[in-house]
Amino acid sequence: MKLKINPAARKSYITYGLVLAAFVAVELLLNFGSPSNMFKGLLVTFCIYSIAAASLNLTVGILGELSLGQAGFMCIGAYSSALFSVATKDSITSVWVRFPLAILIGGIFAAIFGFLIGIPVLRLRGDYLAIVTLAFGEIIKGVFASVYVGYDSAGLHFSLKSEGDLALAEGGKTLIHGPQGISGTPVDSTFEIAFIVLFISLIIIYNFINSSTGRAVMSIRDNRIAAESIGLNITKYKLMTFSLTAFLAGVAGALFSHNLSILQASKFDYNLSILILVFVVLGGIGNIRGSVIAAIVLTYIPEALRKVNSDLANYRMLIYSVILIVMMICTSNAKIRGFIVGNLQKFKGLIIRKAPAAEKEAH
Amino acid sequence: MALLEVKKLGISFGGLRAVDDFSMSIEKGDLYGLIGPNGAGKTTVFNLLTGVYKPTDGTIFLDGQNLTGKSITTINKAGIARTFQNIRLFSKLSVLENVKVALHQHYNYSALTGVLRLPKYFKTEKAMNERAMELLEPFDLQEDAMTLASNLPYGKQRKLEIARALATEPKLLLLDEPAAGMNPKETASLMNTILTVRDEFGVTVLLIEHDMQLVSGICEKLSVLNFGQLLCEGLTGQVLSDPEVIKAYLGE
Ligand SMILES: Nc1ncnc2c1ncn2[C@@H]1O[C@H](COP(=O)(O)OP(=O)(O)OP(=O)(O)O)[C@@H](O)[C@H]1O
Ligand SMILES: [Mg+2]
Repeated sequence: MKLKINPAARKSYITYGLVLAAFVAVELLLNFGSPSNMFKGLLVTFCIYSIAAASLNLTVGILGELSLGQAGFMCIGAYSSALFSVATKDSITSVWVRFPLAILIGGIFAAIFGFLIGIPVLRLRGDYLAIVTLAFGEIIKGVFASVYVGYDSAGLHFSLKSEGDLALAEGGKTLIHGPQGISGTPVDSTFEIAFIVLFISLIIIYNFINSSTGRAVMSIRDNRIAAESIGLNITKYKLMTFSLTAFLAGVAGALFSHNLSILQASKFDYNLSILILVFVVLGGIGNIRGSVIAAIVLTYIPEALRKVNSDLANYRMLIYSVILIVMMICTSNAKIRGFIVGNLQKFKGLIIRKAPAAEKEAH
Repeated sequence: MALLEVKKLGISFGGLRAVDDFSMSIEKGDLYGLIGPNGAGKTTVFNLLTGVYKPTDGTIFLDGQNLTGKSITTINKAGIARTFQNIRLFSKLSVLENVKVALHQHYNYSALTGVLRLPKYFKTEKAMNERAMELLEPFDLQEDAMTLASNLPYGKQRKLEIARALATEPKLLLLDEPAAGMNPKETASLMNTILTVRDEFGVTVLLIEHDMQLVSGICEKLSVLNFGQLLCEGLTGQVLSDPEVIKAYLGE
């Protein structure tokens, strides 16, 4: 009885290797090359969207439920972590203590919301999760865009009207300025930290998938009744997966809010949720590595097109949409995918100069 | 006391009385057959026993425990496992994983242990791999352990469903047409496997089957269902020579 290395585990190692190689390449470029400011500015964003997309893939690809609220969870993570950092930036001076705490807080708050939404919704069959998460995302954005929060010696003050309405005492400070959001968040999201967070997130995601919990989740996706008939508690596994997705979205949100010193809720709109879903779908549903690649490529292309020259820049969304359609055809059509994979293998064969025929004869 | 005690079970779908006033009693260790014409309500009885449908009338007791109206999950934990007439495998998982996922009641670790890869993860995974391979052995599926379930040929898919059901360590195993789509040679080997499973795993078996070679070959007792009602029950030889059964089901 001999078991080969688990193919799922192999997939994860390849992804770790690719991501590490990309990190090293970028570091070399930063230190010895002359990357454009645009590229440097995008590095943290690549990590943020990769985490958001890979974690959404847990719910969409591994659990098989549609969620349209990823931006809402990112928003919660962004606000809760930014509030923490603004409040503690004078008392906790070390970034290496404060920022990890802020990231954890962002993740935990988002996970709590994911859990609370999941309790009623995940018991139901059908696409209720999509509907509810869609509404949730919009509500969260709306609430954060209209709330004013401040504190003074008397404690916290809330208002939905205006900053003046907070009636802060002398020495009081406004934390959330309604649609103007939070300002003065320390810019702690360096590329290196964002990369470490991405790497840890990927380890969490792969380890989750390749554990008994992940198998249970996938079996529910593949056949709900059969999963019940072997005694699996469906709601428990669905809740766990959805909360983990929310947690990691919150983590991505924390990186987001510490990437710029001004945070506004309007960034976390429906378009962002859809954008991240597009990364998941085009990267391949259930394919974590694909989510990361799609997030990076599809974030880079529109920005790069913007920079090329003014003529092309006018058509950048047109070009972008054509690229989206081509990617969609390539990833969803089995024939075309087979054609591409086949040619890639031929190409590999040319480079490695392996004679497949000779190898076969040896057996 | 019988292992399974079903009394006056009934369910209606709209105006159709799919199962009516159905009673049966299965002793521990029995190899029991449930037969009858197409549409007689056999699969519906399985769905009632396993909680997929809730009965409108009647009671189900397993080993003295009342399972009437309980959920599918609870009923499996109480000791009933099944296979499905229209195969329901976890198609994107490997053969080995299909069995491993069903081991969760006896081998488990928390999600956190899995994510953090604590020593218990490696220990339990190893034990699960070994147990799953043991369960695949009587079905000649060890060679296919790494194959995707959906890539298995039909006959092997049916066997894998049995292995997966056994992984939950049931007291009562329900097999819905295990030989469907198999040729006579495969059926003969399946008959041996079912006997082995009953004896080695100490599980009681209730099976639905149209293949009379299998039914008369291994079932010790039979119940015959016709239009949702019990037509006849008893020892296999007696039931199969009953004129009512011959008229309704077997034909001349
Ligand atoms: N969910 C349902 N809704 C409505 N009618 C149903 C449902 N399930 C089963 N029936 C009906 O109940 C009757 C019994 O079906 P069942 O599947 O139990 O038959 P069976 O004895 O297993 O037949 P076969 O030998 O063909 O598998 C059929 O008339 C079927 O159409
Ligand atoms: Mg049937």
